[in-house]
Amino acid sequence: MGLLSDPNRRRALISLLTRLNTPICIVCYMAGVAWFMGLAFEPFTLRTYMSENAMGSTMVEERFPAGERALATGREFSAHKKRTGGMPVEWLMKTMQAKGLEVFTQRFSRTLPFPDENKERYMVRGTNVYGILRAPRAPRTEALVLSAPCSPGDNNNQAVGLLLGLAEYFRNQIYWAKDIIFLVNEHDLIGMQAWLEGYHHTNTTGMDWSPLQGRGGSIQAALSLELSSDIITSLDLVLEGLNGQLPNLDLANLFYAFCQKIGVLCTIQGKLQRNDWDSVSGYSHAVQTMMLMVMKQASGRPWGDHGLFLRYHIEAATIKGVNSFRQYKTDATTIGRLLEGMYRKLNNLLERLHQSYFFYLMPSLSHFVSIGYYMPAFGLLAVILLLRALDLWVQLSTPPQRTEDGVTDIEPVRGTHFKTVADLLSLLTPLVISHLTGVALYMLPIRFQEMAVEHFPVSETEAVVLTAIAVYTAGLALPHNTHRLLSGEGTEQGWRVLKLVAVLYLAVLLGCTALINFSLGFILALTLVPVAAFVTPHVPKVLSAFILVILSPACTLLFSVFFFQELQEMPISFQDGWLLFLSVISQGILDHSLYGSLVYPLITLLVYPCWLLFWNILFWN
Amino acid sequence: CVGINLRYRFHVSLLCKLVSCFGDRAGQFFSSGHTNNWAVLVCTSRFWFNYRHVANTLSVYRSVKRLGIPDSHIVLMLADDMACNHRNPKPATVFSHKNMELNVYGDDVEVDYRGYEVTVENFLRILTGRLPPSTPRSKRLLSDDRSNILIYLTGHGGNGFLKFQDSEEISNVELADAFEQMWQKRRYNELLFIIDTCQGASMYERFYSPNLMALASSQVGEDSLSHQPDLAIGVHLMDRYTFYLLEFLEDIHPASKTNMNDLFKVCPKSQCVSTPGHRTDLFLRDPGSVLITDFFGSVRKVELTMETINLTDPIDAESGELQKEMHTYADQLPVSEIIHQKPKQKDWHPPDGFILGLWTLILLVFFQTYGVKHLKHIF
Repeated sequence: MGLLSDPNRRRALISLLTRLNTPICIVCYMAGVAWFMGLAFEPFTLRTYMSENAMGSTMVEERFPAGERALATGREFSAHKKRTGGMPVEWLMKTMQAKGLEVFTQRFSRTLPFPDENKERYMVRGTNVYGILRAPRAPRTEALVLSAPCSPGDNNNQAVGLLLGLAEYFRNQIYWAKDIIFLVNEHDLIGMQAWLEGYHHTNTTGMDWSPLQGRGGSIQAALSLELSSDIITSLDLVLEGLNGQLPNLDLANLFYAFCQKIGVLCTIQGKLQRNDWDSVSGYSHAVQTMMLMVMKQASGRPWGDHGLFLRYHIEAATIKGVNSFRQYKTDATTIGRLLEGMYRKLNNLLERLHQSYFFYLMPSLSHFVSIGYYMPAFGLLAVILLLRALDLWVQLSTPPQRTEDGVTDIEPVRGTHFKTVADLLSLLTPLVISHLTGVALYMLPIRFQEMAVEHFPVSETEAVVLTAIAVYTAGLALPHNTHRLLSGEGTEQGWRVLKLVAVLYLAVLLGCTALINFSLGFILALTLVPVAAFVTPHVPKVLSAFILVILSPACTLLFSVFFFQELQEMPISFQDGWLLFLSVISQGILDHSLYGSLVYPLITLLVYPCWLLFWNILFWN
Repeated sequence: CVGINLRYRFHVSLLCKLVSCFGDRAGQFFSSGHTNNWAVLVCTSRFWFNYRHVANTLSVYRSVKRLGIPDSHIVLMLADDMACNHRNPKPATVFSHKNMELNVYGDDVEVDYRGYEVTVENFLRILTGRLPPSTPRSKRLLSDDRSNILIYLTGHGGNGFLKFQDSEEISNVELADAFEQMWQKRRYNELLFIIDTCQGASMYERFYSPNLMALASSQVGEDSLSHQPDLAIGVHLMDRYTFYLLEFLEDIHPASKTNMNDLFKVCPKSQCVSTPGHRTDLFLRDPGSVLITDFFGSVRKVELTMETINLTDPIDAESGELQKEMHTYADQLPVSEIIHQKPKQKDWHPPDGFILGLWTLILLVFFQTYGVKHLKHIF
C-alpha cells in the first residue's frame, strides 16, 4: 500500500505531524529568514550579463560634444521657470521647435482627495510639453522616451538642459529606427500619469487631461533623468516602480555596461559596490543594499518618474545624478555620451526587452538574485501556515474527548458538521465583521475628513491619517462586542475552525502578494506568520495581545520606517519618526487614489481583516 | 581543293607537334575536366545584429566576381536588410573592413534571392533544379555535368543544422541528400562546399556523393567567432574565418597556381580561435592538384584534340553557294513549350442531366414500392 493510503502509516504520519508541529514551524521560520539573509552573500548571487542579442555589447562610438551648451540651456530654462512661476511652456515649445522636433502640449488638472503636505499641493493644474524626433527612414511604429521632470525651485534644471542638448544632437543623426519622444512633465508623477494615460487612451485614475495631438507608436523603453548640478560624481539607478514592479534586468545591465565603458561611477540605492564580499562589513553592505531595495519595493510607490511606465509594459528606469564629495568628477558631456550610447543600443532592439528577468533583487549593481533563488525563502514561511492548517484539520477530525450534544463519536469525523446554526454564525460573524472593519478603514478616512476638520483642530491630511489610526484601533475592541451580540461563549471547535479558515486565508493572501510583489509579501509574512502560528485562546492574554499588536501591519509599518531611515544612514528621533510614519500613511492613501497603487487597499481590505481574525481568536473566550 | 586540304592538314599537324611539347604542363593544367563555373552564395541570417554574415557573403561574392565568374553564373541569396536598414549610419553600403575601407555592396550587386525568399525550400530547389517553370534564369542554377560549383553558406548553426532566417533549419542529412540528387542528375562535375558558422564541421559529416570537397570554420562543439567591431556602425563587421579566407583570396589572380592544400591552411587556431576543418575523402582528385581558380574563378578551358579534323570545303564546287547546316542547342529553358502549354485535361464526368435523371428514377421506384400516396406530400 502507498504511504498515504495505508491507514496505519497515515496515522503514524499524522501523529508525527502533530507531535513535531511546533518544532518544524520554528525550524522553517529560521530557515526562511536565514535563506533570505543569505541571498546577499556574493557566492550565492549571479553576475549580471546582457541577455538580449540585439543589444549586444557596448560597441558604439559616442560622440556627443555639447555638454556645456546643454548646461547653458538649462540655465535659460531655470530663468524662464522663475519668471513664469511654473512650467515655461512657450519657451520650451519654441526651443524644441528650433531643434527640429514636432512639439505638442498636454494640459491636465486634478484635485487630490486631501492636500499633500509633502509636496504642498491640493488642486493641481499643469502642462506637459513633449517633442517627437521622427526617425528619418523608419515607419512610425515604435518609440523611445527620454523624460526630465520640471521641478519647482532649482531642481532638475540641468536635466532639462541635457535633454534639450541631446535632442539637438540626436536630430542630426540618421541611424534612428524608432521615434524618440523628449518629454518634460510638470508636477512629476501626476503629469507623467496624465501623459501616459493620454498616450495609451486609458483613464484609470479619474484625472482630467486634454488628449494628445501627436503620438509616436508603441513605446519600447523609457529613461527618466534627474540632474540637479553641473558636475556630478556618480550616477544612481532607480528601478522600483509602482506596486513594486521592476523593469527588465537588461535595462540595468545596459546601464552598468555603459558606466563601465565610459568610466562613470555608478550606484544603486545610493550605495557603491564593494569587492570584499568575504568580510563582515562587505557582506553587511550588500545586505543593506538589498534590504533598501526590498523596502522600496514593498512600499509600492514609484520611486522615480519611470515608475508609472512599467504598468504599460514599457521598461523604464530613472537615472539620478549625485554630487557628493569625491575626487573624480564627471561633466555633462560624459553623461550625454552615456545616454547617447544607451539610446543607440536601445535603437537596435527589434522586440521589447524580454530576454532577461522581470523579478529579481540586486544586492549590488553587478550581481542579482532571480526569483528562482529568492522564492524559497517565502515558501518556507508559507509552509508554516500549511503545517498549522494540517494540524488544525487533524485536531478537528479526531474524536472529541467529551461528548457533544450527548452523542459519543468513536469514528473520526471527517470534517466538521455544523450541528447548529449558531456554529456557523460563530464562524461567519468574525469574518464579516473583520471585513466590514477593513472596508471602514478603507473608506472612512477620506469620506469623513470634512467632518473631522469641523470638530477637531487639525488639517485635512492629519484628519485623514488620524481617522485611519482611530478606525484601526477601534477594530481592536471588536471581539468583546461580538461576543456580546451572540449568546454564549465560543466553543473549542469553533475557534479551531475559525483559525483554520484564517490560516488558509492568510496563506493564499500572502502567496498571491508575494507573486506580484515579493518584498511586500515577505515582510508581511515575517510578521504575520508567527501571529498565525501561535495564537490560540489559551495563551497568556496580555502578553499575546501585546505581541499581536506589535506584529500587526501598522506597527510593522512603523518599524519599517525607522529601519528604512537606519539603512539610509539617516537615523531619526522618535518624534520625527512618528511624523514620518503619519506622512507615509497619507502618501499611501494618495498613491492609491492618484496612481492606482494597490498597497493601501491590500492592507486595509485584506491583511487587516485577516489580522483581526487572529485577534478574535485570541479573545475567543 | 586537294591543295587546300593539304595546307590545312599541315597547319593542324604543326599545332599538334607544338602542343605535345607542352603536353605535360598543359596536361596538368587542363586535367580538371570542367568547362564552366557556378557559385551559390547564401547568407541565412537577417536582422541588424547579423550584419557580419551579409558582409561575409558579399565579400566572397566580390572575390568570385573578380576572379571571373559572371553574375549570370552566381546565385546570391541574402536577406538584404542591411544596406537599407534604418539603423545603418551609412545607408546603401555594407562594409567589410573597419574604418569603412571597402564597401562590398557597391552599385552593381545582383541579389537573386532577397528578404523572405531565402528559405530552406528555395535553397534545396536551386540545388536540385526543381523550380517552377516561371522561375527566371537568374534564379536558377543552370549547371551541367561539366560545372564546378562553389557553395558558400554562412549564418548561425549548430550541431547538424543551419538556421535559416530565424524560423527554420536545414539539417546535414537534407543537404547530403540534395547533393546526391545533384550527382544523380549530373548537375555538377566537382563541388566545393564552404561553411562559416558555429559547429560548421557537422554540416559536412553526412556527405556521401562523389566529388565533394568541404571546408568549415569550426569543429563540432566550437563556436566560430566574429572578427572586429566597428564602433561607428555599432556591429561586428566580419567573421574571422571569412576574413582570413578573403585575405588569402586577395592574393589569387586568374592565372595563379595555388592549390587546395593552401586553402586548408587558412586561419589556423591561433588566428581563428576555432579549429577549421575540411573533408576530402569523397573527392576523386588529389587536393594538391586542385587549383583555387577551379572553383573560385571562371577560367575558360580549351579542349585540345590530338586528332585531325577533315575540314570540308564549305563552298560547294558545283553550285558555288555556301552549304548551310543548321545546328541547334538543346534548350535548357524550354520557353516555347511553357508559353504554348495546353490546358490540362480534366477527368471525365458523366453529364449532369444523366445524374439528375438517375436520381429521379430512384425516387420514383421508391415511391412505387412504398405507395404512391406519399408522392402527394412532395407535389
